[in-house]
Amino acid sequence: MSATLALQAPRRGNGTSFNASQFIAYAIVLSGAVLMLAPFYFMFIFATHSDREILSLPPPIWFGNHFDDNLKLLLERLPHWWNNLGWSLYIALAVTAANLLLCSLAGYAFAMYEFRYKKQLFVFVMGTMLLPSFVGMIPTALIMSWLGWMNEPKALIVPAACGALGIFMMRQYIASAIPRDLLDAARIDGCSEFGIYFRIILPLIGPALGTLGLVTFIASWNNFMGPLIVMRDMDMYTVPLALRSLQGTGQTPWGAICAGSSIAVLPLLVMFVMASRRLIEGLTAGAVKA
Amino acid sequence: MSKPLTPEASSVTPTVQRRKRWNLRTLAPYLFISPFFVIFLVFGLFPLLFSVYLSFHRWEPAAGLAAMNFVGIENYTYILFDDDWFHKSLYNTGWMAIVSGVPQHLVALPLAFFLHMAFRRWRNAVVGIYFLPFITSSVAISLVFSTLFSRDFGVVNASIAALQQLPVFNWFLPEQNIDWGQPQYTKWMISFVVFWRYVGWNTVLYLSAMQTIPKDLFEAATMDGASRWQQFRHVVLPLLRPMIFFAVTLTIIGNLQLFEEPFILTGGTGGIDQAGKTAAMHMYVTAFVDGDFGTASAVAWALFMLIAAMTWLNNKLLGQKEEK
Repeated sequence: MSATLALQAPRRGNGTSFNASQFIAYAIVLSGAVLMLAPFYFMFIFATHSDREILSLPPPIWFGNHFDDNLKLLLERLPHWWNNLGWSLYIALAVTAANLLLCSLAGYAFAMYEFRYKKQLFVFVMGTMLLPSFVGMIPTALIMSWLGWMNEPKALIVPAACGALGIFMMRQYIASAIPRDLLDAARIDGCSEFGIYFRIILPLIGPALGTLGLVTFIASWNNFMGPLIVMRDMDMYTVPLALRSLQGTGQTPWGAICAGSSIAVLPLLVMFVMASRRLIEGLTAGAVKA
Repeated sequence: MSKPLTPEASSVTPTVQRRKRWNLRTLAPYLFISPFFVIFLVFGLFPLLFSVYLSFHRWEPAAGLAAMNFVGIENYTYILFDDDWFHKSLYNTGWMAIVSGVPQHLVALPLAFFLHMAFRRWRNAVVGIYFLPFITSSVAISLVFSTLFSRDFGVVNASIAALQQLPVFNWFLPEQNIDWGQPQYTKWMISFVVFWRYVGWNTVLYLSAMQTIPKDLFEAATMDGASRWQQFRHVVLPLLRPMIFFAVTLTIIGNLQLFEEPFILTGGTGGIDQAGKTAAMHMYVTAFVDGDFGTASAVAWALFMLIAAMTWLNNKLLGQKEEK
């Protein structure tokens, strides 16, 4: 797989002396890192302060004790907040499960079988990644309303159930990690074609499934344009949509916005800290295939 | 998608199975890849074709399908010549694509090089921190940014005011708090957030490409007395050309369809005087606020053609030399 990627052992032999220009370079890189983290920091800090505290000068730079109030305010403005969280979770899990199954199945076929038009079909699959999503946005809304899927989670689950990037990742991994003899042996033993996939391939591709699962879950969790078009009622909103609806209704509840955003982002941060390397590999898999 | 229904007579693929009958074994791969194609046909290809069809019609969805009027290229001539908001949103899109996009690469390339050469133990952590904005919800983080950018009490203005006290900075930093909602600042604010979100992504792309450069090359260059800058200029940049091409292509495609960040940062309105409205936002508003699906589809395809043209141009400028 391409994804030996970044982050391997550091280089040696660069000289260990520490001169002024190097020091400046380190300082720049580290202050850049602070700049990258600052918005997250303030998001968490503000989530624990009342709006009055947030709007004072200088702004608070350490945690306060108003998280409860902010959460209460959030629930007042978004009475379906827990539903929204639930729908986000449900949709993200369903999309992830579908992708793990369907992408690995297709990736397995592309990696291990010979069949007519295989190359052309694969190029076609990859080519679909080039289509910009916004072009299909308007008709997608129409299709969903014709199907009667407006306000239904399946309007977000079914179209996202199998993606080209996932197929690509799975094909790469299966082709490199699994010897074909294994399949022939299973065939001789009388295993069916689907049985081979289900009982031999699937248990062997855990790492790739983990990576694809993370990437898919995060993409679905963060999806905004999809729900924006198909979810009409507030109790069916996903988290990004619910958060967005806090804007522009009279007084902006900054503390509640930051509390809600923290709740929306925290699971991702935890996942990232636990599996950053795998996640980066997954997200850049299409890019680094050369 | 055209699955061959005839048995494999010719020996196009002289491979494992030589049987001439269709059986489960030869059908299996087609079955396994079919979910993707079914989903793509229904929710990918059909919407695309239908939006082409729509773009040649005038139609208000409330009136039902029968009320569709064929108008030829009128939607296109309208947006190209008469739709001032479309022109403005295109200008905004291009402006922000450049102002947020160019610095992404100018920062990511040297940053990746530095991370590659230095930062032994902490490299993963630093890379992770820079990458973090890329994985987080753009809606949540844009909402947080709109807090940080508020005029009277925002952290951004407070930081500027604090830096203003220092003699080094005071000659170019403004003395008044900046009202980021004013048209002349909106695009800067959005561009900054976009830059912040994607600079780490590009850094990771460049870093992973650098890791494929053989170490011998750096060692040889060092032996020959090449400075860091010379190594960067004469070893890294030429070898990274394919990745630079790829990353720039992604930036062009992504930036020209910018939607979420400007949508949230301007509260869905495009901001005062529509200063932050992008072409994708214009399409959304035309379709779902004005209810004019035909014009909106024409906007979508005009934008698509712009993206295709810019990608082609980029290919001409950056992509060509590698493949001779």
